[in-house]
Amino acid sequence: MDKLTDTLGRYGGVNLLPLALAGVAFFLIGAPSSWVTLTVAGLSMGMMVFLMASGLSLVFGLMDVLNFGHSAFVSFGAFVAASVLALLGGWLDGGPLLASAALALALIAAIAFGLAAGLFFETVIIRPVYRDHLRQILITMGALIVSEQIILAIWGGTPITVLRPPFLEGAWIIGDVSIEIYRLFAFVLGAAVFAGLMVLLNKTRIGLLIRAGVENREMVEALGFKINRLFIGVFMLGSALAALGGAMWAGYETLITPALGGEMMIVVFIVVIIGGLGSIEGTLLGALIVGLTANYIGYLAPKLALASNMILMMAILMWRPSGLRPAVK
Amino acid sequence: MTILSVRDMKTDIGQYSVLHGVTFDVPEGGVFVLLGRNGAGKTTTLRSIMGLWQPSPGSVQFQGTDIAGMETADIARKGIAYVPENMGIFGGLTVAENLILATGKGTFDKTRLRRIYDLFPALEQFWTKQAWSLSGGQKQMLSVARAIIEPRALILIDEPTKGLAPSIVAAMADAFRETAKDTTILLVEQNFNFARALGRDMAVIDDGRVVHQASMAEFAADTDLQGRLLGLSA
Repeated sequence: MDKLTDTLGRYGGVNLLPLALAGVAFFLIGAPSSWVTLTVAGLSMGMMVFLMASGLSLVFGLMDVLNFGHSAFVSFGAFVAASVLALLGGWLDGGPLLASAALALALIAAIAFGLAAGLFFETVIIRPVYRDHLRQILITMGALIVSEQIILAIWGGTPITVLRPPFLEGAWIIGDVSIEIYRLFAFVLGAAVFAGLMVLLNKTRIGLLIRAGVENREMVEALGFKINRLFIGVFMLGSALAALGGAMWAGYETLITPALGGEMMIVVFIVVIIGGLGSIEGTLLGALIVGLTANYIGYLAPKLALASNMILMMAILMWRPSGLRPAVK
Repeated sequence: MTILSVRDMKTDIGQYSVLHGVTFDVPEGGVFVLLGRNGAGKTTTLRSIMGLWQPSPGSVQFQGTDIAGMETADIARKGIAYVPENMGIFGGLTVAENLILATGKGTFDKTRLRRIYDLFPALEQFWTKQAWSLSGGQKQMLSVARAIIEPRALILIDEPTKGLAPSIVAAMADAFRETAKDTTILLVEQNFNFARALGRDMAVIDDGRVVHQASMAEFAADTDLQGRLLGLSA
């Protein structure tokens, strides 16, 4: 077994799991065109979930905070972006340049909201309950419920249609294969954010501090760094990423309700747990596996679709109790 | 001249009172050793000085400034480094990253880095390896190196020889002698032979209080006192 693990480790180890999953699904699905469509859908869903979950993973790992209110940023991001797109509806039909500008403004508005809301949330709600997990769960669950009610009060309970720029509508047809353009866009954006986070974490001093803080906050302080400032920065970044993920998810679903965040919360937590706390690479890996599994199982055994992510989490935790790529070894 | 003066320091951890009024003075330069049996309060004393446990009341004067109640990061910036009992290295970071984090400006002073390579050649050899892959002794070397990569006025070191092979212990002793030429070391140590070989001054802590303070030479000569305070047999 150890020899097998070593051999697999040399070729990428757990990083090969999405590839292995896709390989198994290829034989089970049988039809290559369906497999390609499902794989692209799974990867793009994975990337959007990665956007939502990456911040939570850092917050969990660095600050040891169980933030069940994280998905409130997802909801708000979705609604803020949808509102900006509705407001700039005329731009969407005004050619690719104006439509791109409307999309960019919608995403920037969601990110800006996430940053501001993250600052408020960390300062007012999280800071008084550091080091107290029970109170963290209670207060952040409460904040999630309150935020859902605020969304209900502002945008109402009727599902809202999310406008998309025309250039992101439709699909590319290659032979029998149909690839939705929006899904490709979501995948590329997620990959770009992942690359940006990797540069931040691995090539900057702030990133070094975050990685060190995930492992041992006390020692970071003993080296002369004020960890609380780092907490605020990471929390704001995590909230902005969640809002961006929510905005992207809104465009993917095209119809959103105030319950969106709550619905995504379970998936986001599953990704963070199976990926390994505090690990961005682990979060990406977990998100891709969850995205692919959801799509493959949804096609092969629709009745198991809801249970598939839970089964996946249980199986991975039984195999690797600290997740696939935990930040702390 | 005294670099650190601890007066009537009391520390509670949760509902337990651990330090009941610790008082001692650390002279500038050389190695000052804090001795004591298991559970006497040595580690809590170091952590309280570092601000990792908040002492109250009492005072901790460092170079004339009261640092009691200050945040740990501010205490560190005053020139105090801490090497904890569990070494506190960042396993997911490389040896180089562990050390660069301990520098104020994010760049190495080449002379100090050369000195660290000379003291601990293994760190140069494993420079780009993640710290979790190092042996126990190498991790301890990294932990100490992190404390001396920048000039510090005082280094608090908690049981650095615990569980280490004799050859590593000897390397540690050399490193501490070298470091103590321009820095004060406050060393918590259970290995009395190691402590005796390095220490210039010492104090014994028992049940959360300092019960004896003297020069190491005096204490080393008094085997009765060693037996009474530390349970050492002649």
